Amino acid sequence: MHATEQELFDSKISQEIRIEPKDWMPEEYRKMLIRQMSQHAHSEIVGMLPEGNWITRAPSLRRKATLIAKVQDEAGHGLYLYSATETLGITRDETIEQLHAGKAKYSSIFNYPTLTWADIGAIGWLVDGAAIMNQVPLCRASYGPYARAMIRICKEESFHQRQGFEILLTLSRGSEAQREMCQDAINRWWWPSLMMFGPNDDASPNSQRSMQWKIKRFSNDELRQKFVDVCVDQAKVLHMDLPDKDLKWNPDSGHYDFGEINWDEFYEVLKGNGPCNHERLEARKKAHEEGRWVREAAAAYARKKNHNHALI
Amino acid sequence: MDLVSTFVIYWADNTLILGHRNSEWTGQGPILEQDIALSNIALDLIGQARNFYQLAAVRINRIDKNQTLTEDDLAYFRDPSEFRNLILVEQENGDWARTILRQFYFSSYQFLLYEELLSSADRDIAAIAEKSIKETRYHLRWSAEWVMRLGDGTEESHARMLDAIQMLHPFIGEIFTAADFEYEAAEKGVCPLPEKIKSRWYKEVNSTLASATIPVLSADKISPNALSGKNGVHTEQLEDLLSVMQILPRAYPGVSW
Ligand SMILES: [Fe+2]
Ligand SMILES: [Fe+2]
Repeated sequence: MHATEQELFDSKISQEIRIEPKDWMPEEYRKMLIRQMSQHAHSEIVGMLPEGNWITRAPSLRRKATLIAKVQDEAGHGLYLYSATETLGITRDETIEQLHAGKAKYSSIFNYPTLTWADIGAIGWLVDGAAIMNQVPLCRASYGPYARAMIRICKEESFHQRQGFEILLTLSRGSEAQREMCQDAINRWWWPSLMMFGPNDDASPNSQRSMQWKIKRFSNDELRQKFVDVCVDQAKVLHMDLPDKDLKWNPDSGHYDFGEINWDEFYEVLKGNGPCNHERLEARKKAHEEGRWVREAAAAYARKKNHNHALI
Repeated sequence: MDLVSTFVIYWADNTLILGHRNSEWTGQGPILEQDIALSNIALDLIGQARNFYQLAAVRINRIDKNQTLTEDDLAYFRDPSEFRNLILVEQENGDWARTILRQFYFSSYQFLLYEELLSSADRDIAAIAEKSIKETRYHLRWSAEWVMRLGDGTEESHARMLDAIQMLHPFIGEIFTAADFEYEAAEKGVCPLPEKIKSRWYKEVNSTLASATIPVLSADKISPNALSGKNGVHTEQLEDLLSVMQILPRAYPGVSW
C-alpha cells in the first residue's frame, strides 16, 4: 500500500528529515512558514533603522565601521530570508507589499527609539542576544531553506551580540556620564527584550503546532528563562543592574525568578501603538517609493541590453 | 605639519567624508542589494580613511615628540576649515543619481591616482594604495554600471542623471587644480601632479557617459571656483556633516568609546 503524501510528510518530520521546497507539505505548514519567515525578514530590514540612526554619530572610526558592517549584515539577513521565503511560492515584492500595507508584522522591539549611543550597545547585547536565543534552535527547523538561512545568520548574530556587549563594557568602565548612559539604556531595553520571546506559553496557541512540526524546538517561556539566566551573569560583568526588583536566584528551580512582563504594553506595541511604529513603517515605505524610479531604470536597462543581445 | 602629511590628510578626509555620506544611505537604499553594495563602499572608504589617518598621526607624532595624536583625534577634533577634502565629496547625497555620479567621478580620480601611488617614493603611502586599489577598482566598476543604467534607463532616470551632471559640474575643476601640498609631494616623488591624470580622467569618464547616452564633459569648460576644499574653504554642507559626526567626542572629551 502506498503511503499518502501526508504520511510521508509526517514520517519525514518525525525522522528529522528536512522538508525541501519541492516536497509536498500541508497547506497550514506552508502558511505558518510564510508568516514566520517573512515576519522574520521584515524584522531584519526594519531593524536596520533604529541602529542606522547612529551610524553618522558613531563616536570613533572603529565604532563607525563596525556599526555600518552590522547594519549591512542585517540587510543580508533580510535578503537570505526573503529568498528562503520565495521557495514557498511568494515573491519578495508580494511579501514587502504586505509589510507596507500593514498586513505583515515585524518584531515589536524595533518600535522603540534609540536615544543615546549606549542604545547601540544595549541592542547588540540584549536584542541580538535574544534573537540568537530564538534563532539557534531554528537552525534545526524542519524546513530546509529556513534552517540553512538561520545557520548563516546565527554566526553573524553572535558577533553582533559580542560587539554590543563590548560597547557597554567600555561605557561601564568610562566616566560617570558614560556609566549613567549605559544603565539608562539597559533600563529601557531590558523589558522589551524579554517581550521578544512572545506571549507566555499558555497564551500562545500557535506555538504548539509549530513545535509539532519541528519549526520551533523550545517554548517561549523556556527560551525566555534561558535568556534571563545568561543575562544576569553578564550584567554582573558590566556592574550594571537589570531593572527588575523580583529578579532572584531560585535554588530549587536552578534558574533566576523574574518579574511579570507588562503585557498591556506588549499588546499595545503589537497593535501598532508603540513609540515608533508609525515612524518605522513610514521610513520603509518612503525608501521604497523613492527607489521606484531606480528600480524601473534598472529593469528598463536590463531589457534593452537583453534585446540588443538577442539581435547580435 | 609637513606638506606630505597634509597630502595624507587630504586623502584621509576625502575617503572619510565620502564614506560618511554614503553611509547615510544605509537602510534607505532603493534596492536591498544596492543598499548593501553602497554600504560596502562606505565601509571600504572608511577603512581607507583609517589607514591614512593612522599614517598621518604617526608622521605628525614623529616630528613633534610631544604629540600623541590618534586617528580619532584627527577625524573628530578638527574644524571644517582644517579639513582638506574635495568639495565634491561633501555634497549632500541628493537622489540616487547624484550619489552615483559623485561616486563615479571620485572613484575615477581615485583609481587613476592610486595607480600612480603604487610607485610613490613614500613606501607607506604606496602600501595603502596597494591595499586599497582593488576596492577602488570595484567602486569604479559598480558606479560606472549604475551611470549607464540610469543614463540609458528610463526617461526619468536619464533626466535625473542630467540634473546630477549639472549639480556636480562646478566641483570637477578643483580635482585638477593642484594645492601647495600636491606641488610639494610631487616634488618629492610622492604623488603625480593632478594635471598628469586629468586627460585620462576625462577620457575614461566620457567614455562611460557616452555609452550612458549622456553628453560628454569638456575639459575646457571648467570654471574656476572660489571654493577650495583642499585649502580648507568648504561649503556649509561640510559643517553640517561634521556637526553630526563629531557630536559625541566633542560633548564628552577625554573618554574612550
Ligand atoms: Fe539579523
Ligand atoms: Fe544582528
